[in-house]
Amino acid sequence: MTRWLNRAAQEVLVPHRLIMIAVAIGIIVWAGMSMRWHWIPRYGDLAVQGIWRTLWLLALSCVIGFAMAVPLGLAQAAGPRVLAIPARAFCTVIRGTPLLLQLWLIYFGLGSLFPQFPWIRESELWPYLRQAWPYALLALSLSFAGYEGEVMRGAFKSVPGGQLEAARAMGMGRFAIFRRIWFPQALQSALPTLGGETVLQLKATPLVATITVIDIYAVASRVRQDTFIIYEPLLLLALIYMVIAGLIALGFKLLEQRYNRGMVG
Amino acid sequence: MLDWLYAIWPGLQTSVDLLSLQPPGWGGNLLRGAVASLQIALGAFAVGLVIGTFGALGKLHGGPVMRDLLAVYTVVVRAVPELILILILYYAGTDLLNQALRAMGQRPVEISGVVAGIAVLGIVQGAYATEVLRGAIQSVPRGQHEAARAFGMGPVQTFRRVTFPAMLPLALPGLSNLWLIATKDTALLAIVGFAELTLETRQAAGSTRAYFTFFLAAGALYLVMTLVSGRIFGWIEARYRRGQAAQ
Repeated sequence: MTRWLNRAAQEVLVPHRLIMIAVAIGIIVWAGMSMRWHWIPRYGDLAVQGIWRTLWLLALSCVIGFAMAVPLGLAQAAGPRVLAIPARAFCTVIRGTPLLLQLWLIYFGLGSLFPQFPWIRESELWPYLRQAWPYALLALSLSFAGYEGEVMRGAFKSVPGGQLEAARAMGMGRFAIFRRIWFPQALQSALPTLGGETVLQLKATPLVATITVIDIYAVASRVRQDTFIIYEPLLLLALIYMVIAGLIALGFKLLEQRYNRGMVG
Repeated sequence: MLDWLYAIWPGLQTSVDLLSLQPPGWGGNLLRGAVASLQIALGAFAVGLVIGTFGALGKLHGGPVMRDLLAVYTVVVRAVPELILILILYYAGTDLLNQALRAMGQRPVEISGVVAGIAVLGIVQGAYATEVLRGAIQSVPRGQHEAARAFGMGPVQTFRRVTFPAMLPLALPGLSNLWLIATKDTALLAIVGFAELTLETRQAAGSTRAYFTFFLAAGALYLVMTLVSGRIFGWIEARYRRGQAAQ
């Protein structure tokens, strides 16, 4: 811990960095003093709800997307062609079209299709299907699955074949090999990429505001529309996203360290 | 010719009519939107390459202040959603330009959507391009630079004749990825009201209620753009890898 502090101090306590930090603090103080922040208390509750909604949309879509990405990657890396070709087509289509278009196709398309079927309107799911967030979650999850399916394909392929052969020679079944040998090593090689992709997913979440989901971006837009203050909400919003992105990067760094225990190099 | 297909698939006839290029159909609008998207993507990619080249050289050879400032630029752009950067840069850019014009005694101007889109997406692309090009330049062996210097080449000549051709094949996969991001990011300009492909599609779909027809057609257009450009990048990469050992 002290060594880490020493190194951090050495990196920061250089004359030009001290001046840059002073300038940055000066800008922040100036922004705090002379820009208009009086709207914050009035929208505080809404903002907290917005951040919460952004975070759970992010977390849930990443978990669902990753759960879909594993079979997608596996099908492309080692599956029979009947499975590999559709998996590859899915990834290509998702990666080749803008998320905004996918989101609007799902929300406006399915949203206009569902009410035409009486049995859907009478089903238990209808109260949910009338809201916007299930469509947002579906679009974000499919998008994450498409990008991560490609990442996992490379990760599954990068595990040396000798490892799998050794596991088979030890008498492990196919499922045991996957659970004990193949998946952990693939996940380890994919972790750095997954960290970056999760930040990209965070940056994709504000799009859900276009289909009336009130995330933190939508709250900031509302402040802008209500008060005609343009820069302040946007700057605060940028800061919030930077903090969340930083926390994600930090989390994945810790996860990688934990996962790399006992590894050589 | 297609009558038998229409007979077994009744909805197809309406979809084809809706997508026809003549005015009752919306095909022309979609194509115009696609051209606008391509224009902005090309412009933004070019601006991004210029920023990226200088950014990479600055990060590698610049002074300590320059390097730190570039680090702040790339970190901020890569952590803040593009949508928010577009809004900030769009409002701030228009504001600053008009203030400058007012100071010079000119009348304020309305910035055209194309120019604003290219500028904003270019700044975003520049941050990613800086990282891609820096990595590529760094992986050119030092000995090649030293050999060039030993032959008496100046810095510009070394870059043009040695560093640039040697790093290009290493940078191309990253750059092709950036180009795909550029084409897809143009869709974000729909939110600030610029009539590119996604917004044209939404307007067509909204006024005809044929959501699936139009969104799927637009998706196909985007897919054609990305697949064709993927081919082109693959071809360029193969060309520049000639004479290099297979990897």
